[in-house]
Amino acid sequence: MTTQSHTAPPSDPELRIKALESLLVEKKLIDPEAVDAIIETYETKIGPRNGAKIVARAWVDPEYKKRLLADGTKAIAELGFSGAQGEDMVVVENTDEVHNVVVCTLCSCYPWPTLGLPPVWYKAAPYRARVVMDPRGVLLEFGTRISDDVEVRVWDSNAELRYLVLPQRPAGTEGCTEEQLADLVSRDAMIGTAAVAPPAGAKP
Amino acid sequence: MNGVHDLGGMHGFGPINPEPNEPVFHHEWERRVFGVMMAAFGGGHYNVDQFRHAIERMGATEYLSESYYEHWLASMETLLVENGAIGKDELAARQAKLAGKAG
Repeated sequence: MTTQSHTAPPSDPELRIKALESLLVEKKLIDPEAVDAIIETYETKIGPRNGAKIVARAWVDPEYKKRLLADGTKAIAELGFSGAQGEDMVVVENTDEVHNVVVCTLCSCYPWPTLGLPPVWYKAAPYRARVVMDPRGVLLEFGTRISDDVEVRVWDSNAELRYLVLPQRPAGTEGCTEEQLADLVSRDAMIGTAAVAPPAGAKP
Repeated sequence: MNGVHDLGGMHGFGPINPEPNEPVFHHEWERRVFGVMMAAFGGGHYNVDQFRHAIERMGATEYLSESYYEHWLASMETLLVENGAIGKDELAARQAKLAGKAG
């Protein structure tokens, strides 16, 4: 939108949200400062870094991992990442035999407290339509090739229940600290569309 | 409810095209839609199920051609008018006023 001049009429959604927000503020139905605070929280505090800390903890602490797989909601709360759209969490583990990938075919259900707000592709029709019928083909579009002898499980999220993928810890990370491990874990690895790449310079 | 939003297995949508290093929001209006939706939700003006249902009530053409935050915007407009928080005419008048001002 950088080409838009200041005198051009606002685009339709731009105008519609201005109309809605201004009316709600005038009627004191919402507080504009609360709106700003909410936006800032989701832009700066809630994001995939939270989920990466969960994954790294599970990699270094087998007891934590056990709790995480047994009751995801409770174990995630131990690290403080609870809240809206993360009320009921199930963590699914990738292994040499199974690769998990998460979708929401009906809308865009996603675990906000651990991954932040979902990327556009997760919310758009192509991923939602296709990952359930051709998961291996879809994963290839993300550059992720799943070997034929590995089972692919697709988990369809819903309004009440959200999934987080526990990716496999890459080889060559034996000497890494928990924090260094968290740095390796991408958002896509926790959705299941990517694997966690080994650190630069590590021998696989 | 069965409807166009039930996308699992539907054919014809083409490639996924993930965007590298995608920002949380792409436009200022998306930020405002998100913040206003959450604030109005926090104020008890609708619940999550009503919000999702209002998106599912969108026409198929609008649903498929509009983006995520446009869905949110449409849902908020529907629910806030339906529950009487905002008058339909009042909303239309404000949109017209803002459009006129900007021109």
